[in-house]
Amino acid sequence: MILGSLLSDLSAYYSDNFGYLMRLFFDHLLMSIYGVLFAAIVGIPLGILIARYGKLSGTVITLANIIQTVPALAMLAILMLGMGLGQNTVIFTVFLYALLPILKNTYSGIKSVDPNITDAGKAMGMTRNQVLRMIELPLSLSVIIGGLRIALVVAIGVVAIGSFIGAPTLSDIIIRGTNATDGTVFIIAGALPIALIAVIIDIALRIIERKLDPTVSDNDAPEDVQSVN
Amino acid sequence: MLSIKNLTKIYGGKNKAVDDISLDIEQGEFIAFIGTSGSGKTTALRMINRMIEPTSGSIEIDGKDVMQMNPVELRRSIGYVIQQIGLLPHLTIKENIVLVPKLLKWSEERKDKKARELINLVDLPESYLDRYPNELSGGQQQRIGVIRALAAEQDIILMDEPFGALDPITRDTLQDLVKVLQKKLGKTFIFVTHDMDEAIKLADRIAILSNGQLIQFDTPDEILRNPANQFVRDFIGENRLIQDRPNMRTVEDAMIKPISVTADKSLSEVISIMRERRVDTIFVTRNDGTLLGYLDIEDINEGYRKGKDLVDIMHRDLFKIQIHDKLQDSVRTILKRNLRNIPVVDENNILLGLITRSNLVDIVYDSIWGETPAGVDEA
Repeated sequence: MILGSLLSDLSAYYSDNFGYLMRLFFDHLLMSIYGVLFAAIVGIPLGILIARYGKLSGTVITLANIIQTVPALAMLAILMLGMGLGQNTVIFTVFLYALLPILKNTYSGIKSVDPNITDAGKAMGMTRNQVLRMIELPLSLSVIIGGLRIALVVAIGVVAIGSFIGAPTLSDIIIRGTNATDGTVFIIAGALPIALIAVIIDIALRIIERKLDPTVSDNDAPEDVQSVN
Repeated sequence: MLSIKNLTKIYGGKNKAVDDISLDIEQGEFIAFIGTSGSGKTTALRMINRMIEPTSGSIEIDGKDVMQMNPVELRRSIGYVIQQIGLLPHLTIKENIVLVPKLLKWSEERKDKKARELINLVDLPESYLDRYPNELSGGQQQRIGVIRALAAEQDIILMDEPFGALDPITRDTLQDLVKVLQKKLGKTFIFVTHDMDEAIKLADRIAILSNGQLIQFDTPDEILRNPANQFVRDFIGENRLIQDRPNMRTVEDAMIKPISVTADKSLSEVISIMRERRVDTIFVTRNDGTLLGYLDIEDINEGYRKGKDLVDIMHRDLFKIQIHDKLQDSVRTILKRNLRNIPVVDENNILLGLITRSNLVDIVYDSIWGETPAGVDEA
């Protein structure tokens, strides 16, 4: 009885506010993607670099680990003091949190390439860049995509907190629900699409990841190199 | 054509991995570097294509000092085969074979032609070109590993324990194949091994290394006959020195006359011949003596009851040896493969003789107790 009325309320809310909801949905998604994209632009080359020059790897990964330990809400608040309210601060926060999984997976992906194969490549007369382009990157691509997947799922969660500093996200609706008396419908209306984005991204990237893994046939499940949260 | 002079590699200021090695290798030679682990054999090999930079000394290829050459271009001109095979798992067999030609920017047609030419050379079907390495067995993968090293028409091929990870039978087949390839193509092969059998079987000359120093560099026969010192003697092993005596003989000296029938005989005729001569295996030839196959007593029993013809039931896949092969090489194969009767043929596949396990035993006894008094014979 209660569930039935809840569902009808929910569908009524979705049909009345469809445009508003879609706008929030895309804002939410885009902020996550931008943050992860910037993190990838920095993290992937940095990961390659530290895989090549081993001495840097400890420092860089520790630094990224430290960032990861700061609670997202606290990070937002600190950055807000410097960068002000709004979307840019949220994107930058996402960038910081996405950096570790991308960096670490790129690093371990390249490190896990069989040294005999890179040795054979070098001995056949590949330059260093050719070894990277023709051997290391293709063989670690699935692990790198795995890093992007984890980063995106983390990003969806981080962006949700962005509502507190005035960025338009799907949790605007949730916050409205928690402030109102009997706001269950609002809370669910906001939470469902957030969960949906995260699950869809996770599944889609997992499929791509598996497709790209040259060492795994289609039947075996790939192992996660690292997972965060 | 390849001249190594006073080559030395020192690690950490004092560890001499390779200590003042000098040797000259001729075009078309098959050279083995052999030694225990830590003898510097792999280090010496890897300095030839500058995968390891020498501390001092020089390596010249056709008079050109490799240290003056661009290392990337140098490596593209030298084939390299490793124990772990090292095929790229994300590329097809064809792409793997023509990797160096691709680096050298050959045209598509030329690469295509080369890949097909090479895969035929190692008795693999052309359809394998579109497969991926993990769809091939270890032995097949290493065949690809070997032809990958030949793809850019390199004159020198370096091999670092190329057959070490393969099972004995596959290793044996691949050794034969590589030896045939090397002779056919006339290229210089240098390979590292710790297996004396392999070195004796394949190499024209063997370089024995110990603690980074070159102990002896000579032909297998010469090393077996005149080991330079006690180390070499130990390394070769006493067993092999005993086996070495019949080594000077060829198969021809040891073979016995085979029992054979022509293929047009009926099964009952074959049975009566086998009975008369008291044998359990009989070879089948054409009228001109060309070897076709063999028959086992059990096959005949079965075939006779079913009323089949001789040609239907004989085995056509048989291992045979050439009349001029060295006896020692054959002994090793026979023992390894656990064969009972091995036909001896000439170049035209004409059946000439037969080696059996029992006359091998006689040879081994002869070589051990060859000079014992006659009393042994009576026993």
